Amino acid sequence: MSLEVPFDGGLAEYNFAYLDEQTKRMIRRAILKAIAIPGYQVPFASREMPMPYGWGTGGVQVTASILGPDDVLKVIDQGADDTTNAVSIRAFFQKVANVAVTTHTKDATIIQTRHRIPEQTLSEGQVLVYQVPIPEPLRFLEPRETETRKMHALEEYGLMHVKLYEDIAHNGRISKTYAYPVKVAGRYVMDPSPTPKFDNPKMHMSDALQLFGAGREKRIYAIPPHTEVVSLDFDDHPFEIQRFDKPCALCGAENVYLDEVILDDKGGRMFVCSDTDHCEERREQGHAGELLARQEAAE
Amino acid sequence: MNTNLQALSGGFAQPVLNAQAVFRLLMDGMSRPGTIQTTAVETGQPAPLGQAAAAVALTLCDADTPVWLQSSLAKSAVGEWIAFHTGAAMVQEKAEAKFAFLQASAGVCSFDLFASGTQEYPDRSATVVIEVSAFGEGRSFTLAGPGIRDQSKVSIAGLPAMFDEIWRNNRTLFPRGVDVILTAGASLLCLPRTTKIA
Repeated sequence: MSLEVPFDGGLAEYNFAYLDEQTKRMIRRAILKAIAIPGYQVPFASREMPMPYGWGTGGVQVTASILGPDDVLKVIDQGADDTTNAVSIRAFFQKVANVAVTTHTKDATIIQTRHRIPEQTLSEGQVLVYQVPIPEPLRFLEPRETETRKMHALEEYGLMHVKLYEDIAHNGRISKTYAYPVKVAGRYVMDPSPTPKFDNPKMHMSDALQLFGAGREKRIYAIPPHTEVVSLDFDDHPFEIQRFDKPCALCGAENVYLDEVILDDKGGRMFVCSDTDHCEERREQGHAGELLARQEAAE
Repeated sequence: MNTNLQALSGGFAQPVLNAQAVFRLLMDGMSRPGTIQTTAVETGQPAPLGQAAAAVALTLCDADTPVWLQSSLAKSAVGEWIAFHTGAAMVQEKAEAKFAFLQASAGVCSFDLFASGTQEYPDRSATVVIEVSAFGEGRSFTLAGPGIRDQSKVSIAGLPAMFDEIWRNNRTLFPRGVDVILTAGASLLCLPRTTKIA
């Protein structure tokens, strides 16, 4: 995949990383407070960005405020480096910050993500920036911000447990599969953004700093490295992640998050790694899944 | 006259890139409490403000962040220097300040009068920058909490013994409380309100 962005020379010069310095300072102060109060949503004066809400305006503002000329940026959308959102945000930062980009998880210093955590374990010094649509985990239980603020202030999370309990009463299990609520450092209940609950355990005691930006809702929150992140559950209904029956059809990886891909109109389908970089790396190492092996045999 | 000239000199040579570099030190420091970060960015600050403390001011302060100075700093050109370079207003009342600059050598006051945020908005609290004499020598502290794997040890010289109690009181307010940035010359070390000192 080509990562080159053509330079047309006709553009007016932006400030480094697009945002003006006053905005960056405001966001930087919010980020520091967010790190100091893990899981707490810090309000910030979100700016209009040259992309619509829902395309990662919060994540982009966080990335723009922390990004430096020495950083290497990776952007993923549902695990993939080559989908529209990832490609356009990566190109955006190449244009406005002239920053080095990569698709390799291990080479990146900043990874902006939409709804996945890379399969490869993140290391010390890496920063994971999440794009968050609705940061308030209690929002669908209590629509009023004044009330949810109070609930967080009083550490009153009974309503969330009732919701999870009702899930069990109706469905026999907790049916929430993404944006599964977590408790951070034993205090704040937090929405991990709509990542599949498969990724929740990766947030716990991670070596990397995790920052969350919600542009439309104007909130920034954070999980420092080595911080306890516990998915809410009950003693008799412990938290469980998704399991897949088959390994990845292309690289044969097990214990990774898989996407279903429809192959034809006769019901043909395959399950492949949602993390494209992880899948490509494994195939380069010679691992082959069921479909790849069959194709090679046919050739 | 002399004071004014001091106030107008210095500042970041490259405001955009220098501020980014210093912010990354602060972000790394705040997310890994107890780690010592050293800035190489020249600030040309007037005495007695330290280089790292000056870099923090230039990076984070602006017209939205009232600044409080301890009397030892307030009688120098530091106030005018910060005001000129950042546009921040100097305030007399601790409660109004978003940032406070102190020198441990002149004594560390209780944090009670600084804004500690509200239970609903604990982020509306002050960040207190305290200049100590040195890191890596002096009294040893054991730190624990978010951002620290198990425990970390750090030696800090020049921090008065009463700081332990001030910090314990600050900890009991959680999630409210102030966050501290300790500076020593060009180095800094962050103590977010979550950090326990044993």
